[in-house]
This record gives sequence, C-alpha cells and structure tokens, in this order.
Amino acid sequence: MHKLFSKIIWLLIALLGASAVGGIAVNRGESINALWFITAALSVYAIAYRFYAAWVTTTVLVVDPTRATPAERLDNGRDFVPTNKWIVFGHHFAAIAGPGPLVGPTLAAQFGYLPGTLWILFGAVLGGCVQDMVMLFLSTRRNAKSLGQMARDELGPLGGTAALIGTFAIMIILIAVLGLVVVNAMKHSAWATSTIAATIPVAMIVGIYMRHFRPGQVLEATALGVILLLLSVFGGGWIDRDEFFRLWFDCDGLFLAWWVMAYGLAAAILPVWLLLAPRDYLSTFMKMGTITLLAVAIIMLQPEVKMPAITRFIDGTGPIFGGKLFPFVFITIACGAISGFHSLIASGTTPKLLTNERDILMIGYGGMLLESFVAIMAMIAATVLDPGVFFAINSPAGVVGKEAINAVATISSWGFPVTVTQMQALADQMGEATLFARTGGAPSLAVGMASLFGSAFGETLLALWYHFAIMFEAVFILTTLDAGTRVGRFMLQDMLGNIWPKMAETSWLPSVIFSSFLVVSGWGYFLYIGVIDPNGGVNILWPLFGIANQMLAAIALCVATGILIKSGQLKYAWVTGMPLLWLIIITSTAAWEKISSNDLRIGFFSAANDLSIKLSVGVLPPEKADIAPQLIFNLHLDAWLTLFFVALLWLIVFDMLRICGRYLAGKPVPPSSEAKHQLSRLTEDWVRD
Amino acid sequence: MLRKVQTFWQLLRRLSGDDAYERYIAHFAEHHQHEGIHVCEKPLTKKAFFKKRQDERWNGINRCC
Repeated sequence: MHKLFSKIIWLLIALLGASAVGGIAVNRGESINALWFITAALSVYAIAYRFYAAWVTTTVLVVDPTRATPAERLDNGRDFVPTNKWIVFGHHFAAIAGPGPLVGPTLAAQFGYLPGTLWILFGAVLGGCVQDMVMLFLSTRRNAKSLGQMARDELGPLGGTAALIGTFAIMIILIAVLGLVVVNAMKHSAWATSTIAATIPVAMIVGIYMRHFRPGQVLEATALGVILLLLSVFGGGWIDRDEFFRLWFDCDGLFLAWWVMAYGLAAAILPVWLLLAPRDYLSTFMKMGTITLLAVAIIMLQPEVKMPAITRFIDGTGPIFGGKLFPFVFITIACGAISGFHSLIASGTTPKLLTNERDILMIGYGGMLLESFVAIMAMIAATVLDPGVFFAINSPAGVVGKEAINAVATISSWGFPVTVTQMQALADQMGEATLFARTGGAPSLAVGMASLFGSAFGETLLALWYHFAIMFEAVFILTTLDAGTRVGRFMLQDMLGNIWPKMAETSWLPSVIFSSFLVVSGWGYFLYIGVIDPNGGVNILWPLFGIANQMLAAIALCVATGILIKSGQLKYAWVTGMPLLWLIIITSTAAWEKISSNDLRIGFFSAANDLSIKLSVGVLPPEKADIAPQLIFNLHLDAWLTLFFVALLWLIVFDMLRICGRYLAGKPVPPSSEAKHQLSRLTEDWVRD
Repeated sequence: MLRKVQTFWQLLRRLSGDDAYERYIAHFAEHHQHEGIHVCEKPLTKKAFFKKRQDERWNGINRCC
C-alpha cells in the first residue's frame, strides 16, 4: 500500500514537472508567471535526485556506508573532522555558490528566458551535479586529494600539469571579469562606491574583534559586522546626497580599477585574519540571507516574467555579447549549470568533513541542485524587468550609442520599447544618476531584486534595496577576488619553487610580494583592458571565462571517466562521458568561433584586423585611436589564450583515451590510488554533532 | 518551541564555527588523555587554536565562482 502511494506521488510530480517545463517552453503570450519556473525547477530536481542520482550512487559509484571516510580515519579535530551532514552541506554550498550563477543567467537572458532556463535545469541534473558528486566521491576514496593530484596519480604527469595550469588560468580570468562587474557597478555611483568601500574597514573591525578582543566569538563578531554593513548602505545614501562627500566617491572606471587592483594586492599580502577571513564570514551570511530573501519574495509575489521566451538575438546579433544561441548560451550560463571550479571544492575541501559515503548524494548532487536553483532565481530577477529596460541597462554604449536618446531609439527599434523618461524615473527611484549602459549584470540584477524586494517588503525603500543588492553582490565578488588572488599566489609560489626552492616559502616576504604582484598584474591587465574597452569588456571577458570554466569541468570529467573505466565500470562510463562529450563539443565550437569567425563581434582576429585597418586608414575618432593599439594587442592575446585552452583540453582528452585504451587492451596503467578499505567505527549516534 | 530554538542555535553555532574550540577540546580529551595519565602535549589555547584553524583553512581553494 505504502509503495503504491509513493509511486502515485512520484507520478504526479513527474506530470507536474512535465507540464511546467512544457508550459514555459510553448508559452508565447505577453508574459508568464514566475511560479511556473519554480514548479518546473523543483519537480525536475526532485525526479533527478530521487531516481537518476540515487541510481548513480548505488550502481555506478557503489558507495559503501560501512567504509571509513578520510574524516574518520585522519580525524585531527581541526581540518579533518567527521561532521553532521547538514553542516557539511552548509559549508559545501557556501563554498560553491559565488557570483557566477547570478551574472551568467542575467547575461544569457538576451536570448530570451527559455534557452537559459532549460540549460540551467538539464545541464545541472545531467552534468554539473554529476560532476560535483563524482569528484566528491573520488576524492573521498583517495584521502581527500585534490583534482590535480588525482589527475596526476590516475592519468599521469600530463593530466596533473594540465589541471594545474587550467586552474591557474581560470582563476586569473575569473578574477578579472568579477573585478569588472564590481567596477561597472561602482562607476560614477557615489552611493555604491562609498558603501562598497566601507565594507573593507567593517571587515577589518570584525577581524580584530575575532582575533584580539574576543577570540573565536564568531557569531558575535558576525552580528556586529552585519549591522555595520547595513549601516554602510544607509550611510552611502547620506554621502550620495551630500554635495561635498559625493565628489570623493564619484569616480570613473579606470580609477576604480586601480583601486580594485590595489585592494587585491593588499588582501593577498595582509594576514588572513585581518581582512580575508572576516570578510568571508560576512559575505557568507549576506549571501545566504539574501538568497533566502529572494526566494521568499519570488514565492510571495509570483511576479510576471515579461521577457519573451526566445528573442531575435539567437541569430548572434545580441547587444550584450555577440554569438549565436549555440554554443554561446552554454558558455554564458556556465556556473549555474556546470562549473569546473566546483570540482576543486568537491575534491580536497569537502571530503575532509564527510562522515559517511552515504551523504555524498545529498552533499555533492544536492549542493549543486541548490546552486542551479539560485541561477533560476537570477533568471527570474532579470526577466521580470521590462525587456526594453533590461537591454537599456545591459547594452554597452559602443553598441547602442552613448547618448540616451540614441540608445532608446536603437533598443526600441529591436521591438523592446523603452523611453528616456522611463529610464530616468527608474534611475531616480534607485538613487542612481543613470542606468544606461551599466553592463556586467550586477546593476540589472540589483534593479530586478530591488523591484522584487520593494513590492514584497516596502516600495518606498527602492533606493535602499538597490544599494543593498549591489552591496550584497560586491561583498562576495570581492571575497572571491581576494581569496582567488591568494590561492593564485600560493599556486604561483609553488610553481616558482620548482625553479628556486626559496620562492616556495609562503612566509618569505619577498616571494609573497613578488608572486602576489604577478597574480594581480595578470588579472589587473584584463581588468584594465575591460574598463577602457568601449564595448564594455564583459562581452569579451565573460565568454573567455565561460570557456575556461567549462574546460576545467571537462578536465574533471576526464579524470572521472578515466577512473570509472579503469575500475571496470566501462558500461556506465557514459554517466560522466556524456556530459564530457557535450562540454568538448561546446567549448571547442565556442573557441573555434571566437578564433575564426568573420563577425567582428565574435572573432578575435577579425576584430583585431578590422581595428588595425581602420587605425591605418585614420577613420577612428581620436579617443578611440589612442587605445586602439592596446585593444588590438589584447584581441590577439585573447585569441591565443582561447587556442591554448582548447589545446589543453584536447591534450587531456587524448591522454585519458590513451590510458583507457591501454587498460582495455590489458596493458599496464597507473594503478588506482584508492585508499584501502577500512571498516567505519562511527555509528549514527556516535557522530559528534 | 524552546527545543526548536535551541536546535537552531546549535546549528547556527556549528555552521559558523562558533563552537569549534569546544569541539576541539572535547576531541582532545577523548584522544590525548588516556586513562587519566598526562600524555604528550597540552591542548592549544583558544587564541592559538583559531589562528591555526584559520591559517589552514585559507591555504587552499575554499571559495568559488
């Protein structure tokens, strides 16, 4: 009886999910309610979790609840600690959830709501979640080793080196693009700039409190920090209205970019307790709180999505970034569906806390499901805006024109009506001077969130909500930025240590300063170019980041597929092989188009040629002619970088196929690095929680 | 109701690492003080423990995109 009941329930969920997905797919009306998205997402997640993911853990991975995990065997009470599964879930989710799933869907909304939404749902359940879960499993079986170490042990030195270089490259591009998003959000906005600037001393106060005043009183210190952060949002409004202070914080992009670089350098060199760790505590609390608030607001309000299902820009002429629906919707969504970066958390970090292999399903697969849900909410927040407003905020001046009147004319001519008065009224409501050409995704997301929060929790406070949203995005973008710079520094010191061992000493100040400087110059260069680029820079940097991130995911899936085949699971190798194949197709196609396309807005080389011809003929306006040589050099650099990413990807794919071929032919391969089976002595009630 | 609030408070403390030192001391007592004889070293002080924990945590990748 009970079994039958459960079957009926699952059948109903399947029907509900199918009709919700079908509903959002075939709807061609004026608007569609956001509740359809939520329903479609939750049913797809439930079915995938209950059936596909559960089958993968029992049949393909064969998790063994009696087997002791590294947290139990290597328990030292500090970093290896068997921990309650909900706590591990919290830590894991806090670590994987960053600004990516908020920015990606916002940009991809230029194709309409449908393509992005479908990829966020199905890419996650078949690709991203599987990747995270399998990496968590493999690392748990290998004493919490990192992706790079596993690649080296199981495939050989080539795989290990490729994973290391891939990680380093993606870090540089990621930080640059995130820096650009923050700079664009702060540009000529005294309120946003002063609020974000205030988060630095706030973090330091919290750091000193936790270190010297009341050591280890994390919650007390965080509560203090959150109050100070909220005050800084209010304070920003006060500064914005003050004639004198306003000028201090009304800065242009380049000036802000230099400050972001200086901040990154300082954060990488200063001790972690002063800036990095307290900022991270604060950003985690803000992140969790705001995401919950967003979910509550969407469910309470049930807003109408006004963006069409599919826009004309699937032909590749979109203003936010150039390129057709295939493959660029996949490259742009990136983290919300599948993120290579997660494999670095799932290996190495999370396995040190995992008490039982049984929990891999919930933490690895479930964690990514939640991340995908965040991406769906970002998609909703972007598409509840009037499409005309959405395009006016996100289209760079280089595409739609510098003057507001030109911009609204161009955007309206695309069939997305918008007026200057409408945009000015919106800007006034949000407490900003203008909302035209505020590229990068953060301002449009903040407008979307502010209008949701405003209607749900008080319309009069729109400007406060807007700057609260900007502060929330900036706080954890800056956390990724400084944590990333620091990790990049460690990796670089490690690499330099191979040449001169003294460089590897993480406490030797000359080496610390030198390598931090190198890492900051790496991303600082791309940030600088992005800021001076009249097309906004995001249109170049985000696809580059997408390609790098999907490439890292492909490397992780290569390692996973190789290990599955080597452990005799050839018939199930498609579980990781299928998403791997798809990632190879989309990254290779995207890279090929970025290199060879004749479309000036897609192809790096053709854009560079066009620019150099115009420069030599002398048809460029003087301010553009000044920066043209730098832009041309950068386009060449981006093209070679893309080529390098794809070459790296194919190298590791062939290396994996070579190892698998040898294994299947019965020839010797690197042995499995799995730790020996040891019976777990932990029982449910024994776990310390 | 009170129980629920208590459980939530425990969860929050646990998630934020607020109770990490108490758990460390418990772990220490369990593993380092066999049969009441004073063995090996003393546990870290609260300040030293948090310093060490933080340094270890920020040595690798723990934040994502």
